[in-house]
Amino acid sequence: MSPVPARNPNQGKALSLEEILKIVQERHPEADIASAPNGARWIQVKSSALPEIAKFLKADPRLCFEQLCCLTGVDLQRLPGAGPTDDLCCVYDLHSITLRHSLRIKVRTPRSAPEIPSVESVWGVANFFEREIFDLLGVSFPGHHDLRRLLMPPDWVGYPLRKDYVYPATYGGVELKREGQQFETGPYT
Amino acid sequence: MSIELDRDGDYITLSMGPHHPATHGVLRLVVTTDGEVVTACKPDIGYLHRSIEKIGEQLEWVQFVPYTDRVDYVCSMNSNHAWVLSAESLLASTPETRLAIPERAEYIRVLFAELNRISSHLVAVGAAAMDIGAFTPFLHAIAQREVINDIFEKTCGARLTYNYMAVGGVVRDMHPGAEDEIRSCLKVLEKAMVDFNRLITSNSIFKGRLGGVAPVDGATALSFGLVGPNLRGSGVDFDLRRDLPYGVYDRFDFEVPTGAAHAGSKGILGDCYDRFVVRLLEILESIKICRQALDQMPPSAGKEDDPVGGWWMQKAANKSLRKPPVGEVYFRTENPRGETGYHIVSDGTKMPYRVKIRTGSFTALSLLETMAPGLMIADLVAVIGSLDIVLPEVDR
Repeated sequence: MSPVPARNPNQGKALSLEEILKIVQERHPEADIASAPNGARWIQVKSSALPEIAKFLKADPRLCFEQLCCLTGVDLQRLPGAGPTDDLCCVYDLHSITLRHSLRIKVRTPRSAPEIPSVESVWGVANFFEREIFDLLGVSFPGHHDLRRLLMPPDWVGYPLRKDYVYPATYGGVELKREGQQFETGPYT
Repeated sequence: MSIELDRDGDYITLSMGPHHPATHGVLRLVVTTDGEVVTACKPDIGYLHRSIEKIGEQLEWVQFVPYTDRVDYVCSMNSNHAWVLSAESLLASTPETRLAIPERAEYIRVLFAELNRISSHLVAVGAAAMDIGAFTPFLHAIAQREVINDIFEKTCGARLTYNYMAVGGVVRDMHPGAEDEIRSCLKVLEKAMVDFNRLITSNSIFKGRLGGVAPVDGATALSFGLVGPNLRGSGVDFDLRRDLPYGVYDRFDFEVPTGAAHAGSKGILGDCYDRFVVRLLEILESIKICRQALDQMPPSAGKEDDPVGGWWMQKAANKSLRKPPVGEVYFRTENPRGETGYHIVSDGTKMPYRVKIRTGSFTALSLLETMAPGLMIADLVAVIGSLDIVLPEVDR
Protein backbone atom coordinates (compact mmCIF):
# COMPACT_ATOMS: atom_id res chain seq x y z
CA MET A 1 0.00 0.00 0.00
CA SER A 2 1.43 3.33 -0.89
CA PRO A 3 1.23 5.81 1.94
CA VAL A 4 -0.36 9.16 1.37
CA PRO A 5 2.52 11.59 0.77
CA ALA A 6 3.15 13.88 3.71
CA ARG A 7 2.01 17.43 3.17
CA ASN A 8 4.92 19.47 2.00
CA PRO A 9 5.22 23.07 3.20
CA ASN A 10 5.61 24.00 -0.45
CA GLN A 11 2.37 22.35 -1.48
CA GLY A 12 -0.23 24.70 -2.82
CA LYS A 13 2.42 27.16 -3.88
CA ALA A 14 3.32 27.97 -7.46
CA LEU A 15 7.03 27.44 -8.04
CA SER A 16 9.36 29.47 -10.20
CA LEU A 17 11.38 27.84 -12.95
CA GLU A 18 14.52 27.86 -10.79
CA GLU A 19 12.71 26.08 -7.96
CA ILE A 20 11.34 23.48 -10.35
CA LEU A 21 14.81 22.98 -11.80
CA LYS A 22 16.23 22.41 -8.31
CA ILE A 23 13.68 19.66 -7.68
CA VAL A 24 14.36 18.05 -11.07
CA GLN A 25 18.12 18.24 -10.51
CA GLU A 26 17.82 16.20 -7.32
CA ARG A 27 17.52 13.21 -9.61
CA HIS A 28 18.81 14.44 -12.94
CA PRO A 29 21.66 16.83 -12.32
CA GLU A 30 22.33 17.26 -16.06
CA ALA A 31 18.97 19.03 -16.65
CA ASP A 32 19.45 22.76 -17.09
CA ILE A 33 17.65 25.97 -17.95
CA ALA A 34 18.00 27.35 -21.45
CA SER A 35 16.45 30.48 -22.88
CA ALA A 36 15.44 32.15 -26.13
CA PRO A 37 16.29 35.80 -26.96
CA ASN A 38 12.69 36.89 -26.28
CA GLY A 39 12.93 35.76 -22.69
CA ALA A 40 11.16 32.40 -23.06
CA ARG A 41 12.84 29.89 -20.76
CA TRP A 42 12.65 26.14 -20.50
CA ILE A 43 14.37 23.11 -19.02
CA GLN A 44 16.44 21.10 -21.46
CA VAL A 45 16.52 17.37 -20.76
CA LYS A 46 18.11 14.38 -22.43
CA SER A 47 15.80 12.10 -24.35
CA SER A 48 16.94 9.02 -22.40
CA ALA A 49 15.91 10.69 -19.13
CA LEU A 50 12.51 11.87 -20.39
CA PRO A 51 10.22 8.98 -19.30
CA GLU A 52 11.51 9.10 -15.75
CA ILE A 53 11.33 12.90 -15.56
CA ALA A 54 7.83 12.89 -17.02
CA LYS A 55 6.57 10.44 -14.43
CA PHE A 56 8.25 12.42 -11.70
CA LEU A 57 6.85 15.74 -12.90
CA LYS A 58 3.33 14.38 -12.77
CA ALA A 59 3.58 12.41 -9.52
CA ASP A 60 5.69 14.65 -7.28
CA PRO A 61 3.36 16.56 -4.93
CA ARG A 62 5.57 19.64 -5.20
CA LEU A 63 5.17 19.76 -8.98
CA CYS A 64 1.83 18.08 -9.89
CA PHE A 65 1.94 18.66 -13.65
CA GLU A 66 -1.33 16.92 -14.51
CA GLN A 67 -1.79 18.62 -17.86
CA LEU A 68 0.26 18.23 -21.00
CA CYS A 69 -1.07 21.31 -22.77
CA CYS A 70 0.85 21.10 -25.98
CA LEU A 71 3.47 18.95 -27.62
CA THR A 72 5.22 20.60 -30.53
CA GLY A 73 7.85 19.26 -32.85
CA VAL A 74 10.33 21.75 -34.29
CA ASP A 75 12.99 21.24 -36.93
CA LEU A 76 16.01 23.22 -35.73
CA GLN A 77 17.92 23.05 -39.01
CA ARG A 78 17.44 26.66 -40.08
CA LEU A 79 16.73 28.25 -36.72
CA PRO A 80 19.29 30.90 -35.80
CA GLY A 81 20.28 30.65 -32.17
CA ALA A 82 19.88 26.89 -32.06
CA GLY A 83 23.49 26.66 -33.23
CA PRO A 84 24.78 24.89 -36.29
CA THR A 85 22.68 21.81 -35.86
CA ASP A 86 20.23 19.73 -37.78
CA ASP A 87 18.55 18.23 -34.74
CA LEU A 88 14.82 17.87 -34.30
CA CYS A 89 13.28 19.03 -31.08
CA CYS A 90 10.13 18.28 -29.10
CA VAL A 91 8.62 20.92 -26.83
CA TYR A 92 6.40 19.85 -23.93
CA ASP A 93 4.22 22.57 -22.42
CA LEU A 94 3.02 21.47 -19.00
CA HIS A 95 0.64 23.05 -16.54
CA SER A 96 -0.44 22.25 -13.02
CA ILE A 97 -4.02 23.12 -12.18
CA THR A 98 -3.65 22.44 -8.45
CA LEU A 99 -0.47 24.48 -8.00
CA ARG A 100 -0.98 26.91 -10.89
CA HIS A 101 2.45 26.86 -12.39
CA SER A 102 3.66 26.05 -15.88
CA LEU A 103 6.77 24.52 -17.30
CA ARG A 104 8.24 24.00 -20.72
CA ILE A 105 10.68 21.19 -21.30
CA LYS A 106 12.58 20.47 -24.48
CA VAL A 107 14.17 17.34 -25.80
CA ARG A 108 16.52 17.20 -28.77
CA THR A 109 17.06 14.23 -30.99
CA PRO A 110 19.48 13.74 -33.90
CA ARG A 111 18.04 13.98 -37.40
CA SER A 112 19.71 10.80 -38.56
CA ALA A 113 17.83 8.62 -36.05
CA PRO A 114 15.14 10.76 -34.43
CA GLU A 115 13.81 8.93 -31.41
CA ILE A 116 12.24 10.17 -28.19
CA PRO A 117 10.63 7.83 -25.64
CA SER A 118 6.85 8.09 -25.54
CA VAL A 119 5.14 9.77 -22.60
CA GLU A 120 1.79 8.28 -23.52
CA SER A 121 1.68 6.23 -20.32
CA VAL A 122 2.01 9.41 -18.25
CA TRP A 123 -0.27 11.77 -20.18
CA GLY A 124 -2.80 9.92 -22.35
CA VAL A 125 -3.15 12.95 -24.58
CA ALA A 126 0.35 12.30 -25.96
CA ASN A 127 -1.18 9.55 -28.11
CA PHE A 128 -2.40 11.90 -30.84
CA PHE A 129 0.29 14.54 -30.30
CA GLU A 130 3.06 11.99 -30.85
CA ARG A 131 1.36 10.46 -33.84
CA GLU A 132 1.08 13.91 -35.38
CA ILE A 133 4.78 14.63 -34.86
CA PHE A 134 5.68 11.20 -36.22
CA ASP A 135 3.56 11.99 -39.26
CA LEU A 136 4.76 15.51 -39.99
CA LEU A 137 8.34 15.52 -38.66
CA GLY A 138 9.32 11.87 -38.65
CA VAL A 139 10.27 11.54 -34.99
CA SER A 140 9.62 8.05 -33.72
CA PHE A 141 8.35 7.44 -30.20
CA PRO A 142 9.29 4.02 -28.82
CA GLY A 143 6.70 2.89 -26.28
CA HIS A 144 3.75 4.34 -28.20
CA HIS A 145 1.08 1.68 -28.66
CA ASP A 146 -0.01 2.56 -32.17
CA LEU A 147 2.43 4.80 -34.00
CA ARG A 148 0.97 5.43 -37.47
CA ARG A 149 0.54 8.42 -39.71
CA LEU A 150 -2.32 10.57 -38.46
CA LEU A 151 -3.12 13.34 -40.93
CA MET A 152 -1.29 12.40 -44.13
CA PRO A 153 -2.24 9.35 -46.20
CA PRO A 154 -0.55 6.14 -44.98
CA ASP A 155 1.53 5.81 -48.16
CA TRP A 156 2.86 9.37 -48.12
CA VAL A 157 6.63 9.70 -48.40
CA GLY A 158 8.56 12.33 -46.49
CA TYR A 159 7.85 14.55 -43.52
CA PRO A 160 6.20 17.84 -44.59
CA LEU A 161 7.16 20.01 -41.64
CA ARG A 162 10.88 19.35 -41.97
CA LYS A 163 12.70 22.35 -43.36
CA ASP A 164 14.42 20.34 -46.11
CA TYR A 165 11.14 18.80 -47.30
CA VAL A 166 10.76 18.59 -51.05
CA TYR A 167 7.21 18.67 -52.36
CA PRO A 168 6.32 15.66 -54.46
CA ALA A 169 5.49 16.52 -58.08
CA THR A 170 2.82 13.84 -58.29
CA TYR A 171 0.85 11.72 -55.83
CA GLY A 172 -1.15 8.69 -56.88
CA GLY A 173 -0.82 9.69 -60.55
CA VAL A 174 -2.15 13.20 -59.91
CA GLU A 175 -0.01 16.19 -60.89
CA LEU A 176 0.57 18.33 -57.80
CA LYS A 177 2.60 21.13 -59.35
CA ARG A 178 0.55 24.15 -60.28
CA GLU A 179 1.11 27.03 -62.61
CA GLY A 180 3.02 29.88 -61.03
CA GLN A 181 4.19 27.69 -58.15
CA GLN A 182 7.15 29.16 -56.31
CA PHE A 183 8.49 26.23 -54.34
CA GLU A 184 10.54 23.35 -55.61
CA THR A 185 9.15 19.93 -56.25
CA GLY A 186 10.95 16.65 -56.53
CA PRO A 187 10.09 13.25 -57.85
CA TYR A 188 7.60 11.27 -55.80
CA THR A 189 9.35 8.08 -54.89
CA MET B 1 -22.96 2.12 -18.36
CA SER B 2 -21.09 -1.14 -18.62
CA ILE B 3 -22.18 -4.13 -20.58
CA GLU B 4 -20.63 -7.54 -20.23
CA LEU B 5 -19.11 -8.60 -23.50
CA ASP B 6 -19.67 -11.99 -25.00
CA ARG B 7 -16.13 -12.86 -25.96
CA ASP B 8 -17.22 -15.83 -28.07
CA GLY B 9 -19.42 -13.70 -30.25
CA ASP B 10 -18.69 -12.63 -33.80
CA TYR B 11 -17.10 -9.27 -34.28
CA ILE B 12 -18.02 -6.93 -37.08
CA THR B 13 -15.82 -4.07 -38.19
CA LEU B 14 -17.92 -1.08 -39.11
CA SER B 15 -16.69 2.04 -40.84
CA MET B 16 -18.60 5.02 -39.49
CA GLY B 17 -17.95 7.91 -41.82
CA PRO B 18 -16.32 9.90 -43.32
CA HIS B 19 -19.78 10.93 -44.47
CA HIS B 20 -21.75 10.05 -41.40
CA PRO B 21 -24.15 12.82 -40.43
CA ALA B 22 -23.48 12.39 -36.73
CA THR B 23 -19.74 12.91 -36.98
CA HIS B 24 -19.99 16.69 -37.45
CA GLY B 25 -17.83 16.69 -40.55
CA VAL B 26 -15.48 14.28 -42.18
CA LEU B 27 -14.53 11.99 -39.33
CA ARG B 28 -14.16 8.28 -39.93
CA LEU B 29 -14.41 5.86 -37.04
CA VAL B 30 -13.30 2.30 -37.55
CA VAL B 31 -15.52 0.56 -35.03
CA THR B 32 -15.31 -3.10 -34.05
CA THR B 33 -18.60 -4.27 -32.66
CA ASP B 34 -19.96 -7.27 -30.86
CA GLY B 35 -23.63 -7.02 -31.67
CA GLU B 36 -24.49 -3.45 -30.78
CA VAL B 37 -21.64 -3.02 -28.34
CA VAL B 38 -18.44 -1.29 -29.40
CA THR B 39 -15.32 -3.27 -28.53
CA ALA B 40 -12.76 -1.03 -30.21
CA CYS B 41 -12.85 2.32 -31.95
CA LYS B 42 -10.06 3.90 -33.97
CA PRO B 43 -10.63 7.46 -35.16
CA ASP B 44 -9.28 8.06 -38.65
CA ILE B 45 -8.76 11.74 -39.33
CA GLY B 46 -7.04 13.89 -41.93
CA TYR B 47 -9.85 14.21 -44.49
CA LEU B 48 -9.92 17.95 -43.89
CA HIS B 49 -6.19 18.44 -43.48
CA ARG B 50 -5.36 21.73 -45.20
CA SER B 51 -1.85 21.95 -43.76
CA ILE B 52 -2.58 25.25 -42.05
CA GLU B 53 0.53 24.83 -39.90
CA LYS B 54 2.72 24.59 -43.01
CA ILE B 55 0.92 27.53 -44.62
CA GLY B 56 1.71 29.52 -41.47
CA GLU B 57 5.41 29.09 -42.13
CA GLN B 58 5.06 30.61 -45.58
CA LEU B 59 2.96 33.67 -44.83
CA GLU B 60 3.62 36.86 -42.94
CA TRP B 61 2.16 37.15 -39.46
CA VAL B 62 -0.63 39.49 -40.51
CA GLN B 63 -1.51 37.47 -43.59
CA PHE B 64 -2.18 34.43 -41.44
CA VAL B 65 -5.18 35.95 -39.62
CA PRO B 66 -7.76 34.82 -42.25
CA TYR B 67 -6.41 31.29 -41.98
CA THR B 68 -7.13 31.24 -38.26
CA ASP B 69 -10.80 31.74 -39.21
CA ARG B 70 -10.65 28.44 -41.02
CA VAL B 71 -9.07 26.59 -38.11
CA ASP B 72 -12.44 26.60 -36.40
CA TYR B 73 -15.16 28.21 -38.44
CA VAL B 74 -17.82 27.83 -35.75
CA CYS B 75 -15.97 30.33 -33.56
CA SER B 76 -13.73 32.35 -35.87
CA MET B 77 -13.61 35.34 -33.53
CA ASN B 78 -12.04 33.26 -30.80
CA SER B 79 -9.50 31.79 -33.22
CA ASN B 80 -8.61 35.29 -34.41
CA HIS B 81 -8.31 36.39 -30.82
CA ALA B 82 -5.91 33.56 -29.98
CA TRP B 83 -3.62 34.37 -32.92
CA VAL B 84 -3.44 38.14 -32.38
CA LEU B 85 -2.81 37.65 -28.67
CA SER B 86 0.04 35.25 -29.46
CA ALA B 87 1.58 37.73 -31.88
CA GLU B 88 1.18 40.56 -29.40
CA SER B 89 2.71 38.57 -26.58
CA LEU B 90 5.77 37.89 -28.74
CA LEU B 91 6.03 41.57 -29.65
CA ALA B 92 5.71 42.53 -25.97
CA SER B 93 9.05 40.89 -25.19
CA THR B 94 11.06 43.91 -26.37
CA PRO B 95 10.18 47.54 -25.60
CA GLU B 96 10.72 48.67 -29.21
CA THR B 97 8.12 46.32 -30.61
CA ARG B 98 5.62 46.41 -27.76
CA LEU B 99 2.16 47.55 -28.83
CA ALA B 100 -0.25 49.51 -26.67
CA ILE B 101 -3.64 48.05 -27.49
CA PRO B 102 -6.42 50.67 -27.25
CA GLU B 103 -8.75 49.88 -24.41
CA ARG B 104 -11.88 50.06 -26.52
CA ALA B 105 -10.39 47.47 -28.86
CA GLU B 106 -9.73 45.13 -25.93
CA TYR B 107 -13.35 45.40 -24.86
CA ILE B 108 -14.66 44.87 -28.37
CA ARG B 109 -12.51 41.76 -28.63
CA VAL B 110 -13.88 40.31 -25.41
CA LEU B 111 -17.43 41.26 -26.33
CA PHE B 112 -17.24 39.64 -29.75
CA ALA B 113 -15.37 36.61 -28.46
CA GLU B 114 -18.14 36.03 -25.91
CA LEU B 115 -20.88 36.55 -28.49
CA ASN B 116 -19.15 34.03 -30.70
CA ARG B 117 -18.85 31.67 -27.74
CA ILE B 118 -22.60 31.89 -27.27
CA SER B 119 -23.29 31.17 -30.93
CA SER B 120 -20.80 28.30 -30.93
CA HIS B 121 -22.35 26.75 -27.82
CA LEU B 122 -25.78 27.12 -29.38
CA VAL B 123 -24.61 25.03 -32.31
CA ALA B 124 -23.01 22.54 -29.91
CA VAL B 125 -26.06 21.97 -27.72
CA GLY B 126 -28.41 22.01 -30.70
CA ALA B 127 -26.32 19.47 -32.58
CA ALA B 128 -25.86 17.30 -29.50
CA ALA B 129 -29.64 17.04 -29.18
CA MET B 130 -30.09 16.52 -32.92
CA ASP B 131 -27.59 13.68 -32.95
CA ILE B 132 -29.81 11.61 -30.72
CA GLY B 133 -32.98 12.47 -32.54
CA ALA B 134 -34.33 15.73 -31.13
CA PHE B 135 -34.49 17.98 -34.15
CA THR B 136 -36.56 20.93 -32.92
CA PRO B 137 -34.07 22.31 -30.34
CA PHE B 138 -31.48 22.61 -33.09
CA LEU B 139 -33.72 24.96 -35.06
CA HIS B 140 -34.40 27.03 -31.95
CA ALA B 141 -30.65 27.32 -31.33
CA ILE B 142 -29.86 28.21 -34.93
CA ALA B 143 -32.54 30.92 -34.91
CA GLN B 144 -30.75 32.63 -32.01
CA ARG B 145 -27.38 32.21 -33.68
CA GLU B 146 -28.69 34.07 -36.73
CA VAL B 147 -29.21 37.21 -34.65
CA ILE B 148 -25.60 37.13 -33.48
CA ASN B 149 -24.42 36.49 -37.05
CA ASP B 150 -26.39 39.55 -38.18
CA ILE B 151 -24.57 41.73 -35.66
CA PHE B 152 -21.21 40.38 -36.81
CA GLU B 153 -22.16 40.89 -40.43
CA LYS B 154 -23.03 44.54 -39.86
CA THR B 155 -19.70 45.18 -38.16
CA CYS B 156 -17.25 43.17 -40.21
CA GLY B 157 -19.08 42.11 -43.32
CA ALA B 158 -18.92 38.35 -42.88
CA ARG B 159 -21.19 35.84 -41.25
CA LEU B 160 -18.81 32.95 -40.68
CA THR B 161 -15.16 33.79 -41.28
CA TYR B 162 -14.77 37.23 -39.82
CA ASN B 163 -11.09 38.20 -40.10
CA TYR B 164 -12.02 40.98 -37.70
CA MET B 165 -9.30 41.09 -35.08
CA ALA B 166 -5.95 42.47 -36.08
CA VAL B 167 -2.58 42.57 -34.39
CA GLY B 168 -2.76 45.88 -32.52
CA GLY B 169 -6.53 46.13 -32.18
CA VAL B 170 -9.54 45.34 -34.28
CA VAL B 171 -10.00 46.15 -37.95
CA ARG B 172 -12.72 48.76 -37.42
CA ASP B 173 -15.02 50.04 -34.74
CA MET B 174 -18.42 48.46 -34.15
CA HIS B 175 -21.16 49.71 -36.45
CA PRO B 176 -23.30 52.59 -35.14
CA GLY B 177 -26.05 51.31 -32.89
CA ALA B 178 -24.32 48.03 -32.23
CA GLU B 179 -24.45 48.40 -28.46
CA ASP B 180 -28.23 48.65 -28.40
CA GLU B 181 -28.57 45.78 -30.82
CA ILE B 182 -26.35 43.57 -28.69
CA ARG B 183 -28.24 44.48 -25.53
CA SER B 184 -31.58 43.60 -27.05
CA CYS B 185 -30.10 40.44 -28.57
CA LEU B 186 -28.91 39.34 -25.12
CA LYS B 187 -32.33 40.01 -23.67
CA VAL B 188 -34.04 37.89 -26.32
CA LEU B 189 -31.38 35.21 -25.87
CA GLU B 190 -32.02 34.96 -22.14
CA LYS B 191 -35.70 34.32 -22.79
CA ALA B 192 -34.88 31.87 -25.55
CA MET B 193 -32.65 29.88 -23.20
CA VAL B 194 -35.58 29.43 -20.82
CA ASP B 195 -37.64 28.08 -23.71
CA PHE B 196 -34.76 25.88 -24.81
CA ASN B 197 -34.43 24.39 -21.34
CA ARG B 198 -38.15 23.70 -21.13
CA LEU B 199 -38.01 22.09 -24.54
CA ILE B 200 -35.06 19.77 -24.10
CA THR B 201 -32.80 20.23 -21.08
CA SER B 202 -35.38 19.45 -18.43
CA ASN B 203 -37.07 16.82 -20.59
CA SER B 204 -36.99 13.57 -18.62
CA ILE B 205 -36.58 11.43 -21.77
CA PHE B 206 -33.54 13.45 -22.75
CA LYS B 207 -32.11 13.26 -19.24
CA GLY B 208 -32.62 9.53 -19.21
CA ARG B 209 -30.97 9.22 -22.62
CA LEU B 210 -27.80 11.13 -21.77
CA GLY B 211 -27.58 10.71 -17.98
CA GLY B 212 -24.91 8.22 -16.95
CA VAL B 213 -23.64 7.71 -20.51
CA ALA B 214 -19.85 7.65 -20.92
CA PRO B 215 -18.76 9.36 -17.71
CA VAL B 216 -15.19 10.70 -17.63
CA ASP B 217 -13.65 11.25 -14.22
CA GLY B 218 -11.52 14.30 -13.52
CA ALA B 219 -8.14 12.53 -13.49
CA THR B 220 -8.80 10.84 -16.84
CA ALA B 221 -10.04 14.09 -18.30
CA LEU B 222 -6.83 15.84 -17.26
CA SER B 223 -4.56 13.07 -18.45
CA PHE B 224 -6.27 12.81 -21.82
CA GLY B 225 -6.15 16.54 -22.35
CA LEU B 226 -9.84 17.35 -22.25
CA VAL B 227 -10.16 21.10 -22.05
CA GLY B 228 -12.82 23.75 -21.74
CA PRO B 229 -16.44 22.68 -21.19
CA ASN B 230 -15.53 18.98 -21.51
CA LEU B 231 -13.03 19.26 -18.66
CA ARG B 232 -15.42 21.29 -16.53
CA GLY B 233 -18.14 18.76 -17.25
CA SER B 234 -15.93 16.24 -15.45
CA GLY B 235 -15.96 18.44 -12.38
CA VAL B 236 -12.55 20.11 -12.77
CA ASP B 237 -12.94 23.75 -11.91
CA PHE B 238 -10.56 25.37 -14.38
CA ASP B 239 -11.16 28.18 -16.80
CA LEU B 240 -8.32 30.08 -18.45
CA ARG B 241 -10.40 33.25 -18.54
CA ARG B 242 -10.53 33.24 -14.74
CA ASP B 243 -7.33 31.39 -13.76
CA LEU B 244 -4.86 32.77 -16.30
CA PRO B 245 -6.71 35.85 -17.54
CA TYR B 246 -5.70 37.43 -20.82
CA GLY B 247 -6.94 40.62 -22.46
CA VAL B 248 -9.28 42.38 -20.05
CA TYR B 249 -10.93 39.22 -18.70
CA ASP B 250 -9.70 39.99 -15.19
CA ARG B 251 -12.16 42.90 -15.01
CA PHE B 252 -15.31 40.80 -15.23
CA ASP B 253 -17.28 38.98 -12.61
CA PHE B 254 -18.52 35.58 -13.72
CA GLU B 255 -18.98 32.03 -12.46
CA VAL B 256 -17.32 28.93 -13.86
CA PRO B 257 -20.00 26.22 -14.15
CA THR B 258 -18.90 22.63 -13.58
CA GLY B 259 -20.55 19.25 -13.91
CA ALA B 260 -22.24 17.78 -10.85
CA ALA B 261 -24.31 14.80 -12.03
CA HIS B 262 -26.97 17.23 -13.22
CA ALA B 263 -29.14 14.43 -14.64
CA GLY B 264 -30.38 13.54 -11.16
CA SER B 265 -30.66 9.96 -9.91
CA LYS B 266 -29.35 8.46 -13.18
CA GLY B 267 -26.54 10.94 -13.55
CA ILE B 268 -22.85 10.31 -12.93
CA LEU B 269 -20.30 13.10 -12.65
CA GLY B 270 -18.79 13.77 -16.06
CA ASP B 271 -21.44 12.06 -18.19
CA CYS B 272 -22.78 13.34 -21.50
CA TYR B 273 -25.57 15.26 -19.80
CA ASP B 274 -23.08 17.14 -17.59
CA ARG B 275 -21.11 18.28 -20.61
CA PHE B 276 -24.36 19.40 -22.25
CA VAL B 277 -25.50 21.35 -19.20
CA VAL B 278 -22.12 23.02 -18.66
CA ARG B 279 -22.38 24.54 -22.14
CA LEU B 280 -25.87 25.86 -21.44
CA LEU B 281 -24.73 27.40 -18.15
CA GLU B 282 -21.73 28.92 -19.91
CA ILE B 283 -24.03 30.69 -22.34
CA LEU B 284 -25.64 32.44 -19.36
CA GLU B 285 -22.21 33.39 -17.98
CA SER B 286 -21.18 34.75 -21.38
CA ILE B 287 -24.30 36.90 -21.43
CA LYS B 288 -23.16 38.33 -18.09
CA ILE B 289 -19.68 39.07 -19.43
CA CYS B 290 -21.13 40.73 -22.54
CA ARG B 291 -23.28 43.04 -20.41
CA GLN B 292 -20.34 43.99 -18.21
CA ALA B 293 -18.16 44.61 -21.27
CA LEU B 294 -20.82 46.90 -22.74
CA ASP B 295 -21.08 48.79 -19.42
CA GLN B 296 -17.34 49.24 -18.98
CA MET B 297 -16.42 49.92 -22.60
CA PRO B 298 -14.94 53.38 -23.21
CA PRO B 299 -17.04 55.33 -25.72
CA SER B 300 -16.08 55.64 -29.32
CA ALA B 301 -14.35 59.00 -29.74
CA GLY B 302 -15.19 59.37 -33.41
CA LYS B 303 -13.36 58.42 -36.54
CA GLU B 304 -10.45 60.84 -36.22
CA ASP B 305 -9.11 59.34 -33.04
CA ASP B 306 -9.55 55.82 -34.33
CA PRO B 307 -10.17 54.40 -30.87
CA VAL B 308 -9.85 50.74 -31.78
CA GLY B 309 -6.36 50.60 -33.21
CA GLY B 310 -7.41 50.80 -36.81
CA TRP B 311 -4.98 51.58 -39.62
CA TRP B 312 -2.29 53.46 -37.66
CA MET B 313 -1.96 50.74 -35.07
CA GLN B 314 -1.90 48.06 -37.70
CA LYS B 315 0.74 50.00 -39.58
CA ALA B 316 2.90 49.96 -36.47
CA ALA B 317 2.13 46.27 -35.93
CA ASN B 318 3.04 45.41 -39.50
CA LYS B 319 6.30 47.29 -39.15
CA SER B 320 7.17 45.43 -35.95
CA LEU B 321 6.15 42.11 -37.43
CA ARG B 322 8.51 42.59 -40.36
CA LYS B 323 11.29 42.19 -37.82
CA PRO B 324 9.81 40.50 -34.75
CA PRO B 325 11.88 39.43 -31.74
CA VAL B 326 13.60 36.07 -32.02
CA GLY B 327 12.16 33.49 -29.69
CA GLU B 328 9.08 31.49 -29.03
CA VAL B 329 5.72 31.89 -27.41
CA TYR B 330 2.89 29.61 -26.39
CA PHE B 331 -0.25 31.54 -25.64
CA ARG B 332 -3.29 29.77 -24.20
CA THR B 333 -6.80 31.09 -24.68
CA GLU B 334 -10.18 29.72 -23.70
CA ASN B 335 -12.17 28.94 -26.82
CA PRO B 336 -15.67 27.46 -26.87
CA ARG B 337 -14.07 24.09 -27.50
CA GLY B 338 -11.49 24.57 -24.80
CA GLU B 339 -7.91 25.63 -24.74
CA THR B 340 -6.63 26.91 -28.06
CA GLY B 341 -2.98 27.74 -28.09
CA TYR B 342 -0.60 28.85 -30.78
CA HIS B 343 2.95 27.72 -30.19
CA ILE B 344 4.95 30.02 -32.44
CA VAL B 345 8.68 29.94 -32.98
CA SER B 346 10.05 33.13 -34.50
CA ASP B 347 13.45 33.37 -36.18
CA GLY B 348 13.33 37.15 -36.51
CA THR B 349 12.20 37.17 -40.14
CA LYS B 350 8.86 38.37 -41.41
CA MET B 351 7.44 34.86 -41.44
CA PRO B 352 7.05 32.59 -38.40
CA TYR B 353 9.52 29.71 -38.29
CA ARG B 354 7.03 27.22 -36.89
CA VAL B 355 3.33 27.50 -36.08
CA LYS B 356 1.75 24.80 -33.97
CA ILE B 357 -1.98 25.02 -33.34
CA ARG B 358 -3.24 23.21 -30.30
CA THR B 359 -7.00 22.81 -30.35
CA GLY B 360 -9.58 21.38 -28.01
CA SER B 361 -11.28 19.03 -30.45
CA PHE B 362 -8.02 17.34 -31.43
CA THR B 363 -7.31 16.19 -27.90
CA ALA B 364 -10.97 15.39 -27.18
CA LEU B 365 -10.91 13.00 -30.11
CA SER B 366 -7.85 11.22 -28.75
CA LEU B 367 -9.91 10.20 -25.73
CA LEU B 368 -12.51 8.45 -27.90
CA GLU B 369 -10.25 5.45 -28.46
CA THR B 370 -10.08 4.82 -24.70
CA MET B 371 -13.64 5.78 -23.94
CA ALA B 372 -15.52 3.88 -26.63
CA PRO B 373 -15.08 0.18 -25.68
CA GLY B 374 -18.23 -0.96 -23.87
CA LEU B 375 -20.51 1.72 -25.28
CA MET B 376 -23.49 1.02 -27.54
CA ILE B 377 -23.15 2.30 -31.10
CA ALA B 378 -26.00 4.74 -30.52
CA ASP B 379 -24.21 6.06 -27.43
CA LEU B 380 -21.03 6.59 -29.44
CA VAL B 381 -22.98 9.11 -31.50
CA ALA B 382 -24.19 10.81 -28.32
CA VAL B 383 -20.61 10.96 -26.99
CA ILE B 384 -19.30 12.63 -30.15
CA GLY B 385 -22.13 15.15 -29.91
CA SER B 386 -21.46 15.85 -26.25
CA LEU B 387 -17.71 16.33 -26.80
CA ASP B 388 -18.54 18.98 -29.43
CA ILE B 389 -15.94 17.97 -31.96
CA VAL B 390 -15.46 20.27 -34.93
CA LEU B 391 -13.43 18.58 -37.63
CA PRO B 392 -11.57 21.49 -39.24
CA GLU B 393 -10.11 22.11 -35.82
CA VAL B 394 -8.99 18.49 -35.54
CA ASP B 395 -7.30 18.30 -38.94
CA ARG B 396 -6.21 21.93 -39.35
